[in-house]
Amino acid sequence: MTLGVLPYVLALVLTFIGLYVVVAKKNIIKIILGVIMLEHAVNLFLLLLGYRSGGTAPIRSPGDTVSAEAFAAGSVDPLPQALILTSIVIGLGCLALMVSLALRLHEKFGTFDMTRIRELRG
Amino acid sequence: MNDWLPLFVIIPLGVGFIAPLGSLRGPRAGGNRIPALALLTGLLLLGGSLAWLGREAAVYWIGGWPSRGSPTVGLSLVCDGLSQMLLVTINAIAFISLLYSWSYVRRYSGQPLYYSLFMIMLAGMNAVVLSGDVFNVFVFMEVAVIASYALVAFGTERPELEAAFKYVVLGSVSSLFVLLGIGLLYNLTGQLNMALIAEHLTGLPPTPAVWLAAGCFIMGFGLKAAMVPFHAWLPDAHPSAPAPISAMLSGVLIKAVGVYVVCRLMFSVFGMASPTGAAYANVLIVLGALSMLIGVLLAVGQWDFKRLLAYHSISQMGYVVLAVGVGAAVLAAEGSPSVAALAIFGGLFHMVNHAAFKSLLFLCSGSAEYTCGTRDLHELGGLKGVMPMTSGCCRVAALSIAGVPPFNGFWSKLIIVVALALAGYWGLAALAAVVSFMTLLSFIKVQRYVLEGDIPPRLSTVGEVPVPMRVAMAGLAIACLLLGVLVPLHKGVLIEPATTALTEGQTYAVRFRPAEPVDEVYVTVVETAGRVEP
Repeated sequence: MTLGVLPYVLALVLTFIGLYVVVAKKNIIKIILGVIMLEHAVNLFLLLLGYRSGGTAPIRSPGDTVSAEAFAAGSVDPLPQALILTSIVIGLGCLALMVSLALRLHEKFGTFDMTRIRELRG
Repeated sequence: MNDWLPLFVIIPLGVGFIAPLGSLRGPRAGGNRIPALALLTGLLLLGGSLAWLGREAAVYWIGGWPSRGSPTVGLSLVCDGLSQMLLVTINAIAFISLLYSWSYVRRYSGQPLYYSLFMIMLAGMNAVVLSGDVFNVFVFMEVAVIASYALVAFGTERPELEAAFKYVVLGSVSSLFVLLGIGLLYNLTGQLNMALIAEHLTGLPPTPAVWLAAGCFIMGFGLKAAMVPFHAWLPDAHPSAPAPISAMLSGVLIKAVGVYVVCRLMFSVFGMASPTGAAYANVLIVLGALSMLIGVLLAVGQWDFKRLLAYHSISQMGYVVLAVGVGAAVLAAEGSPSVAALAIFGGLFHMVNHAAFKSLLFLCSGSAEYTCGTRDLHELGGLKGVMPMTSGCCRVAALSIAGVPPFNGFWSKLIIVVALALAGYWGLAALAAVVSFMTLLSFIKVQRYVLEGDIPPRLSTVGEVPVPMRVAMAGLAIACLLLGVLVPLHKGVLIEPATTALTEGQTYAVRFRPAEPVDEVYVTVVETAGRVEP
């Protein structure tokens, strides 16, 4: 079963929804959710770069009889998956920081509304 | 000797994880041990980076993978002229900032955590300028900027938190664009090593995917470098951090994770001979000119000392980007290589100079805030009588940034203006001169309201800042003077190798690529990587 370009369209749509939420929403929590969506869109895109329909897991043990060419032609690309893993960890760090900042902001300003958190200007 | 290269990353990272141990006995504990450890690390790294100056370009393969027959499955650290220049700049400013922090940070609680974040940020920046692998650049850029988000929020008061939140959201979005660009490049070439990407890109026609990747990088790193359409976060974030951190952020972070990576990718990876290169160069010229002009226009009306300096950072980085962009455009149009080299020389020289004088200005503003408790220009005044050392250093820095001879800013701006005129960009050369004049006006205002005039009665009892802060400022002031006066002495070891590293362009691929493949299995796997049909 092939999905064709549909997953790519999904990644694109997620990217735009994420960007829209980050730019247009006023609520801090919603902005954080927008960043998360954007991150998932990029991760999905990276995953699709290495995907091959019907591909095998990219694990080759010493006793395998499959030739290197056949193996490389039949498995999915493992490298984007490694990139995504790294990017998820980085994203988690960022997310934790954003959420803790949001909590501190709520403590100080008593609101999650970005339009009412406006002391810096000029 | 090449085996020592990873220590520039390992040492600060290690100290970064040791430092929080100092707060085990409560947030106020820690004493002098952790600051002393950090200061020693800073000195060690500065010495190491100075020892590296003028050496041959070096490549270090992490884990020694290429020698085991898997040529393209390794991460490399590359230290060429450009990396050496930035390494020295980063570690010098870091050492000065640590010295300044010795006294300045005592009023914050959680001192060990401050040093921990500082060291992690330093490790990230050192790794970014040394990395020869584009994904590693992304990872260490994140290490550096996440530490800087936390440092901006370090005061945890209302403005700090607000600024940090804006910074973290925009920073995350820009990082994701960078990641998208890396994914596209990987799909095009099947490589993440910058030398190998460059090698593959020379053979490829400029497909839309190449343009999209280049666009993602411009947007991502442009936001990190605060070029003008993407600059909104900088005037909030940089002033909100503690003063030594402002000096680090404005002085080196926007260069290491912004301008440096843009230059590296543009010259060494995409290459100036390709159509992408020419377009890239023109985009940089436009962004640079816009940043230069709009930054200074916004700075003139500011009354917050540090905010004014932050806007000038945007403007001065505009000079750097403009000069490098013009150099690139000349190379792309196959114009005179010496004019291109002169423009790039001017840009890189200004980058080093900006690190010196902008860090000094932020340290001076920190001293004024330390003793007077305010950074509002209306409430300051007459400090030359009570804080002679700070005032003297502030004057040196202001003269440097405004481009008054014999200080360093004059020489780099002169070279930039001359190079722009030689390259035929007369309008931009005039604009650069006008912006320099407006910078001077803006700093006359700073002199008038901070150093001259009558001292407000409230401030008549303030004294000079503690000795470590004075030493740090004096060191940078001397650097400002020497960088300007001793151009003939230092250009051969500091700036010219960096200029050559950029003008040599895609020969980067030849010089830093791994040895020829020897193992068939890996060759096959690597050659089919990234070419998977959906």
